[in-house]
Amino acid sequence: MLHLTYSDYSALRTHGEETYPHECCGVLLGNSQPDGNHVRQIVRAGNTRTDSAHNRYNIAPEELIRIQRQARKQGLDIVGFYHSHPDCPAQWSQTDFAEAHWVGCSYVITRVDQGKAAVTNSFLLTGTSEEDKKFLDEPVEIEVRKSATELEQEKGKA
Amino acid sequence: MKINIPTPLRAYTGGQQSVSVPGATVGEALEALTCAYPDLRQHLYSAEGKLRSFVNLYLNDDDIRYLPQKEATPVEESDELSIIPSIAGGCRCYL
Repeated sequence: MLHLTYSDYSALRTHGEETYPHECCGVLLGNSQPDGNHVRQIVRAGNTRTDSAHNRYNIAPEELIRIQRQARKQGLDIVGFYHSHPDCPAQWSQTDFAEAHWVGCSYVITRVDQGKAAVTNSFLLTGTSEEDKKFLDEPVEIEVRKSATELEQEKGKA
Repeated sequence: MKINIPTPLRAYTGGQQSVSVPGATVGEALEALTCAYPDLRQHLYSAEGKLRSFVNLYLNDDDIRYLPQKEATPVEESDELSIIPSIAGGCRCYL
């Protein structure tokens, strides 16, 4: 199961609305626990596929390294990724599957219809190798508590 | 040098986020890594022994594919090598 706060859930959906008709993408930071991936923070990433941004996304490895460094300082790990499907189902595509290599991570997809976020689904990449990997439908638990981002903002205001 | 292990490969390094290995070049460090953790090899290299296309290796902030000496690039104890599988995908369908 994927656990994330309502504010992070809303934020990743809003990201998809903002980039419509292009795909958005980002990284889920948190901790992997026996009951699933717990998201503590989401980080927006740039989509480098400017040649076909309406139906492709790619996060630059350089950006990913920066995000990973930042996460480690906070005691967090990369536990998943999110992206949007503009005017397409919130289901993984063959491209999503072929390009998925982070086993154990959650891949969250939001359908954005005419600029409005619709269904959001999560898929857990499982397996032991490229040859036997597969996506499993992953339940999402929306937690009503403050995200790390909100707590940081509050600390800044105090 | 220190090698940063991404989340999906930590199952093969005893859960360690990073490991320290000896080596005078990137290639030697990688060899030391896969000798210490043999199960990692198949996840980094194809059956032909080539680095898998979706595996990115960064020496500090540089992609080793674009370094003049590539895996023969000399490294120092303070250098960090990051293994970063690619993140990509996207919807192909149209309304």
